[in-house]
Amino acid sequence: MREIYLSGFNTFVLPFMFGMLFVLGWCLIGAVRIIFQLTPDDRKKFFLSFLNPKIMLKNIRDWFCDCLFHVKLWKRNKLLGYMHSSIAFGWFMIIVLGHIEVFLYTPQRMHQMWYPIFFRYFVAVTDSTMKGSFFFFLMDFFLLVVLSGIVLAIIKRARSRIFGMRRTTRASITDLIGLYSLWAIFPLRLLAEGFTADISGGSFLTKSLNLVLHSFLSDQMNMLPTWWAYSIALCIFMCILPFSRYMHIPAEILLIPMRNAGIPVRHARKGIARLQVYSCPGCGVCIDACPMGVVKANSKDATVYLNRQIKRNNERRIEEISDKCLLCGKCTAVCPVGVEGDRIRIAQRSIRPYNLAPDYSNIDENSAILAVNNFVSTNNNIVSTANNERVLYFAGCMTALTPGIRKSMESVLRKAGVNYRMMDKDGGICCGRPMLMAGRKDPAKEMIRKNTNIIKSSGATTLLLSCPICLKVFKEEYELDGIEIIHHTEFMDRLIAEGRLHVESSEVRYAYHDPCELGRGCGVYDQPRRVVAAAGQLVEGAKSGKESICCGGSLGSLSLGFEQRKLMTENAINNLTADNPDAIVTACPLCKTTFGRYADRPVVDIVEVIDSKTGN
Amino acid sequence: MNGFGFRLSPSSAINLDKVDRSRFEELCSIEPDALRCMSCGSCSATCPAAQFSGMSIRKVLLNLQRGKEEEAFRLMSNCMLCGKCTMVCPRGINTRRIVLTISRIYEKEEKR
Repeated sequence: MREIYLSGFNTFVLPFMFGMLFVLGWCLIGAVRIIFQLTPDDRKKFFLSFLNPKIMLKNIRDWFCDCLFHVKLWKRNKLLGYMHSSIAFGWFMIIVLGHIEVFLYTPQRMHQMWYPIFFRYFVAVTDSTMKGSFFFFLMDFFLLVVLSGIVLAIIKRARSRIFGMRRTTRASITDLIGLYSLWAIFPLRLLAEGFTADISGGSFLTKSLNLVLHSFLSDQMNMLPTWWAYSIALCIFMCILPFSRYMHIPAEILLIPMRNAGIPVRHARKGIARLQVYSCPGCGVCIDACPMGVVKANSKDATVYLNRQIKRNNERRIEEISDKCLLCGKCTAVCPVGVEGDRIRIAQRSIRPYNLAPDYSNIDENSAILAVNNFVSTNNNIVSTANNERVLYFAGCMTALTPGIRKSMESVLRKAGVNYRMMDKDGGICCGRPMLMAGRKDPAKEMIRKNTNIIKSSGATTLLLSCPICLKVFKEEYELDGIEIIHHTEFMDRLIAEGRLHVESSEVRYAYHDPCELGRGCGVYDQPRRVVAAAGQLVEGAKSGKESICCGGSLGSLSLGFEQRKLMTENAINNLTADNPDAIVTACPLCKTTFGRYADRPVVDIVEVIDSKTGN
Repeated sequence: MNGFGFRLSPSSAINLDKVDRSRFEELCSIEPDALRCMSCGSCSATCPAAQFSGMSIRKVLLNLQRGKEEEAFRLMSNCMLCGKCTMVCPRGINTRRIVLTISRIYEKEEKR
């Protein structure tokens, strides 16, 4: 080992140093700002999470799996996963190995930031020893890995379908500059190291390249321009990084511990919302996922473009995009970095000024309390009920539009001998979720307070719901102290398992549709499937579970009109009828109404199926 | 005095020449669908807020058109934005968005 230049410095390191210090300074200031934008409680929670070994372990796992190996993309498509992880992990290893080399060979240079990056220029190591050739080989190997990723990335720009993506993001100008400089970095590094390989040593890639190049470029003075070019490419990439989608590289490092600490989106543009926007890698997975994408013009309203417009502060487009969304949550479910597209949109809606605010002070919940609180007194007379359960059934607004569901539910409850009361027999107060979806938190809180009073004073042990929209808000926003909140699919699954409900199986083939709020919203996937399987043959749609397609009727969208939703509904029906089922089963009154408009076969709620398949 | 079970009401005649319709026209320019309402009453029948404030988007639109803004605001004050009126509307009017737009562009008398 010998150092070629005693000074350990050449002017070509300056562009790199400039870019490096700029990006480090930018990210440091950004991180401090974001942490200070959190509410004091959230900030405390965030710092304390680092002391929790369980969360810390999860952080470390996520840093490796998400940032470097891109495990979620591997699951989506092998080629897409390889492309991203080869560039990220390969580059990471090159940086780490560079530092190890500096540490082993020239520990006195550790403080010189550019040394690990331009190591080959400054230091010659013999490749005839085991130790020398080992590092040479590793460096060349990971450079090859990165280069293979770059080749795939170039192919992907032209043929994204090979990577399992129908549509890919339209890059902005800064994204393109970042992209091209990123593509340039590694071939230039190969070239620079190739020129130097006969002095510094090299392995299969650099040494071979050196031999080839020397046949027509033997003048070693030519290597300086390539090292300059390599440094300049790094500088351009790092200078454009904060203004392009590549900001996701540093942002995701901070997002992972914040997500694991459980910090919620509280402000439209500050704190974790801002961090999520910057963590968006612009990969475009959300574009194909979006159910609105069936209308081509709507593909500009995917989460990736919302994030871009928030970065640009384009208020008109932010409003348009966030109002249009169905809030089905599929973009959040598929996002490889965990950008919560639905929550960010609700937050954008919440900062909109309204002159008129609803006022529910005239609504008297006492009459409703009187109607439901006769539970305790009558409870003891009913002998047949198991373990003293007192079920309060809240059908919800949407179920009032589909009275069949309520009727069947009551019938099933009677057949199973459940001790129940209706909470909204003659109409009740809305659960508050539609108001929350519109971003109007205060009126929603008022409704939640009134409903909480009614439920708490009823003496119920279980709150049964037919509508997943209600279910989500009851689970997330209500504080009901120990009252179990349960959807009718879960409840029937339990009744069947306990043998209180005897369902006759049949040969009818049912395609089960996962309602957005039940599946992605509350994570209920298996129970409804078990219930359907008990009554007939369960058929899956082309896409189901986490990737189920919204029916298009969602209350989430504020601006989509009746006609604009038609194509989305038809697309969702086609997805469900891929296997030609006899009927479509859903577990949401809103989905039932929406599908019912356009479906070519019966659309029924899961409770109606069970009611028809049970005797007395 | 009030032993007859009926009383004299003030005239409910509205002089449309004297009504300031600028707000309503603004509403219609943002939400052209507001004019497509045919007052069928489907929304009135399904509204869960109707039992509390007599809310019905049909009546709100009529009141705004006639300049009776305070009455419209009173009806609207109990709207819970549940969206049932939108789902039953035979004209496919996005009534939920109309409610939000009214809340945005109209102001209460005392605030103006």
